[in-house]
Amino acid sequence: MTNNPSKVHEPLFHIIKRTAMPKWQSWIVRIVSVLAALIVCGVVTVLLTGEDPIQVYVKMVEGAIGTERRIWTLAQNTAMLLCVALAVTPAFKMKFWNIGAEGQVLAGGLASAACMIFLNDKLSPVLLILVMLVVSVAAGAIWGLIPAFFKAHWNTNETLFTLMMNYIAMCIVSYFSYEWSVPKGSGHIGVINDATEAGWLPSIGGKAYLCNILVVAALTAFMYVYLKYSKHGYEISVVGESENTAKYIGINVKKVILRTMLLSGALCGIAGFLLVSGTDHTVNRDTAGGRGFTAIMVSWLAKFDPLYMILTSLLIVFLQRGAGEISTSFGLNDSFSEIITGIIIFFIIGGEFFVNYQLKFREKEANK
Amino acid sequence: MLVAFIQRAVVQGIPLLFGSTGEILTEKSGNLNLGTAGVMYVGGITGVIGAFLYEQNAAQMNTFLTIFIPILSSILGSLLMGLIYAFLTVTLRANQNVTGLALTTFGVGFGNFFGGSLIKLTDSDVPSVTLSATSLAFKKGLPFADKLGWFGEVFLSYSFLAYAAIAIAIIVSVYFNRTRSGLNLRAVGENPATADAAGINVGRYKYVSICLGSIIAGFGGLYYVMDYACGVWSNNAFGDRGWLAIALVIFAIWRPNLSIIGSILFGGLFIIHNYIPNLSMSDQELFKMTPYLVTIIVLVVISMLKKREFQPPESLGLSYFREDR
Repeated sequence: MTNNPSKVHEPLFHIIKRTAMPKWQSWIVRIVSVLAALIVCGVVTVLLTGEDPIQVYVKMVEGAIGTERRIWTLAQNTAMLLCVALAVTPAFKMKFWNIGAEGQVLAGGLASAACMIFLNDKLSPVLLILVMLVVSVAAGAIWGLIPAFFKAHWNTNETLFTLMMNYIAMCIVSYFSYEWSVPKGSGHIGVINDATEAGWLPSIGGKAYLCNILVVAALTAFMYVYLKYSKHGYEISVVGESENTAKYIGINVKKVILRTMLLSGALCGIAGFLLVSGTDHTVNRDTAGGRGFTAIMVSWLAKFDPLYMILTSLLIVFLQRGAGEISTSFGLNDSFSEIITGIIIFFIIGGEFFVNYQLKFREKEANK
Repeated sequence: MLVAFIQRAVVQGIPLLFGSTGEILTEKSGNLNLGTAGVMYVGGITGVIGAFLYEQNAAQMNTFLTIFIPILSSILGSLLMGLIYAFLTVTLRANQNVTGLALTTFGVGFGNFFGGSLIKLTDSDVPSVTLSATSLAFKKGLPFADKLGWFGEVFLSYSFLAYAAIAIAIIVSVYFNRTRSGLNLRAVGENPATADAAGINVGRYKYVSICLGSIIAGFGGLYYVMDYACGVWSNNAFGDRGWLAIALVIFAIWRPNLSIIGSILFGGLFIIHNYIPNLSMSDQELFKMTPYLVTIIVLVVISMLKKREFQPPESLGLSYFREDR
């Protein structure tokens, strides 16, 4: 044992946790990480394609918001992604890792499609849409409740359980795609009620997607209030922070888990309903289109705040749409957008480190 | 019929075995890498890129290099993926689920982008790259296998990578249970603070196990392209195998030796619909569901049994920060 302090090896820096960073500072960190990501993406673009990166980014913006039609598509996609992100948020806030949104959305979408196929001539259009909404909410909620039930009673790992439920939902949708396929045996359902448009959400003022966007806007406001000002929202945050504290102050943890997953699944069901009734007018195993997974990133990047989620979902959809345009106009393939999205998310994820932690460098005097 | 079925099941199962062995190694360090699907994809495409460049540029194909170059490039590709994940989750303590999912997005995009570019380079009519010479070298089985009847077909008819998968699974299993370093790794996964207090370098164990795990998982992609798909790469053909590998981890209750049997079983469940006569297309889809259903049942049963040795590593999914209380 030596007491000579000069011989004690002290690392160059060590990491300490920040107590709290002012909001404006944390947003500067995030913006810097996005900028850094864009620079890296630019370098990658040049290396892989040899195109001028500025040119590429200009194309990207054009691709996302170049025409009115594109702006609507952008808004529509943002709304759908936001809807799924809102759905997973309460569960995440409770530290229940629901990565099964994909499956819950599909369950809702399938239920909607079933109503459209079998009830189209039995109910009036308004009633049909209402029934579809109720049935999809129920389907999504049930799909979310199954893993929650096992989590609440036996502490079954929810991440893995919900993940498996996704693929079960996909297989079930594939099953019905064959059962209901038009023409028979093709494996595709095709556009449902193309002639009568029964069960289609109406276009408002000639804008087909406006209905979706309005519904999602309402949901955003609801979720903001629910999480921030309601007793349920408070219970969710307590259970998320510490389950033991929650038990100690008399919160029924099982009940909160079940109730929150019910809500989470129900909102996913609404997303499925909007996708089938308001957008695609059909269902297949790609109806959710990976949104269930992307939504997790959206929600997490926004720190589970519904208002910031508008921004983060817009960012991600913007990138996807923009990168899609790059692919077509520079003759690359579609997947280039996934590479770009991946890199940007890596940077934002990494940037969070500097929000939560701080590097403390070794002081010079200690060495002398 | 039965012999052929077992043979196909094994060939289907080997990519899953690689994937799950890699994922088990990663998870034992307390890191749930949901990016395995992406890692396997990248392992496959980087192997294809290596083989493609070699096939195009080499005047005379040397058998050793034909095998060595794809393996090396596959290792590099999946190692890079592992490093990205390890840096973000271990050094920067990012959320593992989010990082893993982003890694999958990135990996699948990476694979499809380069796959698409190679397909364009070949100017062929079909949307795929074919590397028959490389595949032939990879598929070379034991010379006496077909002389031994059904025994040879069931046990000896596979390529060297398949035996490597089984060997790696056994080695990893022995490593966990019979070596000091394996014990340390498990300690890191169960309770990193305790391991840290005992003088184990938590960060290093996590890094090494994530990177090795990624490399092993990447071989799954390589095996899939070179052996199962006979050297034909087409985008998205790999399918859900990455997620199935994660399911297999649970099925094998975090034991690589069990996952050898599990992988063959999963492989069998994956293709059983081809062997049941008069199955309609829609019923086939229901059969494809069985591996996931079985996994859920296992997951529920082990959580009900509450036996310590069946549980996932205690700190799975949580990042470790020494100064946390």
